[in-house]
Amino acid sequence: MELTQQQEKSQAILSVSNLNLHYGTAHALKNINLDMARNQVTAFIGPSGCGKSTLLRCFNRMNDLVESARIDGSIRFNGGEINDPATDVISLRRNIGMVFQQSNPFPKSIYENIVYGLRIAGVNDKSTLDEAVERSLKSAAIWNEVKDRLHDSALGLSGGQAQRICIARAIAVNPDVILMDEPCSALDPISTLKIEELIEELKKSYTIVIVTHNMQQAARVSDVTAFFYLGELVEAGGTRMIFTNPEKKQTEDYITGRFG
Amino acid sequence: MKLFWKTGEPYVLATGAALAIILVMSLALVGVVMTNGLGYFWPRSLVKYTLTDGTAALGQVTQEENNPLTGKKRLQLKVANRDLLGQDFRWIDEKDIVSRSLPATALLLERREHGNFFGFLAGVTAEGAPLTATAPPGQLQQALRIVAERMKATATIKQQMSSLNNRAERYRLQLLKLEYKGAEQNRGAIAELTATREKVLAEFAQLNEKATATLADINRITAQFTDVSGAAKEIALVEIVAFQQPNSMSFFAKCAAYLERVRELLMDDPRESNTEGGLFPAIFGTVMMVLLMSLFSLPFGVVAAIYLREYARDGLVTRMVRIAVNNLAGVPSIVYGVFGLGFFVYGIGGTLDSLLFPERLPTPTFGTGGILWSSLTLALLTVPVIIVATEESLASIPKGIREGSLALGATKFQTLVKILLPMATPGIMTGLILSMARAAGEVAPLMIVGVVKLAPTLPFDTNFPFFHMDRKFMHLGFHIYDIGFQSPNVEAAKPMVYVTTMLLLAIVIIASSTAIYLRNRMRSRYTTSTF
Repeated sequence: MELTQQQEKSQAILSVSNLNLHYGTAHALKNINLDMARNQVTAFIGPSGCGKSTLLRCFNRMNDLVESARIDGSIRFNGGEINDPATDVISLRRNIGMVFQQSNPFPKSIYENIVYGLRIAGVNDKSTLDEAVERSLKSAAIWNEVKDRLHDSALGLSGGQAQRICIARAIAVNPDVILMDEPCSALDPISTLKIEELIEELKKSYTIVIVTHNMQQAARVSDVTAFFYLGELVEAGGTRMIFTNPEKKQTEDYITGRFG
Repeated sequence: MKLFWKTGEPYVLATGAALAIILVMSLALVGVVMTNGLGYFWPRSLVKYTLTDGTAALGQVTQEENNPLTGKKRLQLKVANRDLLGQDFRWIDEKDIVSRSLPATALLLERREHGNFFGFLAGVTAEGAPLTATAPPGQLQQALRIVAERMKATATIKQQMSSLNNRAERYRLQLLKLEYKGAEQNRGAIAELTATREKVLAEFAQLNEKATATLADINRITAQFTDVSGAAKEIALVEIVAFQQPNSMSFFAKCAAYLERVRELLMDDPRESNTEGGLFPAIFGTVMMVLLMSLFSLPFGVVAAIYLREYARDGLVTRMVRIAVNNLAGVPSIVYGVFGLGFFVYGIGGTLDSLLFPERLPTPTFGTGGILWSSLTLALLTVPVIIVATEESLASIPKGIREGSLALGATKFQTLVKILLPMATPGIMTGLILSMARAAGEVAPLMIVGVVKLAPTLPFDTNFPFFHMDRKFMHLGFHIYDIGFQSPNVEAAKPMVYVTTMLLLAIVIIASSTAIYLRNRMRSRYTTSTF
């Protein structure tokens, strides 16, 4: 265990240090320090409003959209500083994809949804796009379901399918990291299972950070789990350790369902 | 009973009743317009009344009512023959009528001047035009055809004259320009131009003479009529637009006559200070003005709304601007008209004139009302509607869609163009429909920025540069006001008011239906569903 943690440190793709975030006067993230390792699944758990989604949205600077948000501290991605104003947000977001709680396919065809990220990056070569569509739909385990209706509207898909389309859309631009913000909370158990299997598969090529309310899900899919409470990172470590032998009482109480 | 109130049933009934009242009112309005408008073109019988004083009257019954003085029933008769009788209508008391009959040979003439003529055909005089038909109605028909053919020949001459006139006008303006620049330096050019212009004018005069001669020739073909009292009347056939004998027409002949009148309405120019003939220039003017208006207000409104919703920082100023925009829709339209006159016509138009056409002054080119200024004024009037609609539809797009696009590395602008605008299009179209309906029906501001009673030329023709933005135009809404309340012969124009209203309604309905059809097609493509 000691050794793997050492390895994780050395391979950290995202590294958060002394991160503080304020929404106006509310202190939403308090002095967070956390490393996420390459090709691993990191799960953020904690009760509602504990700041886990906020932290996730720091990684691709989605908090820029919130006018009242103020961030200090550092997040390093592949050695570069994310919070640096000079950082190219566009290329950052291309490297760190995101899947949202509510599946949000664009009102376009399935094909156009998948190639959206490529098209806005200026890729218009038909064969490249076709190839990307097939590759990402296969990676998202939905190719067989939609290959015959790529040019139908993506709005006609079921919730689970739409969510996998959104995952495929994120994969299509070949990011290093995929952020998932409660990707299964609006899905039925079978769709949830499919997505969990997909996460297992995806971690071979991508680093995944997932926010979840569902502790079983965190236990099933993640390698590392971080527990947040009231804007503070209470404890982070190997999933098995967090769930079987947490160091902090608070973590144990939450996991065993005594509060939250 | 208590339960009845508790279930909320009465409130449901109340809402239903409110809707029903609105429906009945709009249906009644449309119904009145339709019944009065649609019936107007149907060839009605010419009834001959013999009266107790020994005279006779021939005409179409237009209404029946109780005489307000005696309380007895009386008829209103359209007797036409304005040139003989002085007025088109007369009232006849029921008690004065000895007998009524439907003479089969009674004739209705539509004339270019003096309104209709009701009477009987006596004969046709056609100098230099052999008539083979023997019966007078046949002869009249044949003579009319000959006249029409000859008129066609003069029409080509007229066309040549018009293009010559155009050239002469262009030379005149060039001359003015040269003289303005300096008569001394440009003496050579001026002399040359003057000579060319003289030549064109001479050619014009020659053609004019020819046309006059032909017309005089045609004018010699006449027909003789008698009215119901036996007075003779000779009318040149050129004056006759059409004739019919409604009492002896079959049902299908009447249908054909009806359709012919509808065609005339849609395609021909008005006659008789707009109370007769067609409405083509007004239809054309209305449609062109509304389209031009959309061309200005749509992009302007959409761009303004995008800035307000997507880029402006949400603060006091933005909120004030939003309130101001919403309230702009409540400013009386005549105020827009006055503003348009002061700002567009005198301000911009006057400046344009002094910059581009100083030589023509004081005759204004753009510094007077015209279709361009009218469209711009109405665009100003309708732009709040489009701004509000666009803002609403942008605001209703789920946040997740924006974030999804941004998270894929799209810039704000890319998101706007590729995702948000297509999704907002149905809402924008709704705004456009509303603004088009409003613009088509607006009259007050147009009266001072470019609409006229009778425009000699359309704002679009085959002479370069095809679209003449400086020209004045005719408009159906103004037409209603004009023929209904400003015409010298209000009673005769009444049916035309209904017809014009019906046409304006039809244009608005057609425009809205097209837009609604487009909107629904887009809506089915862009509706968001979450599950």
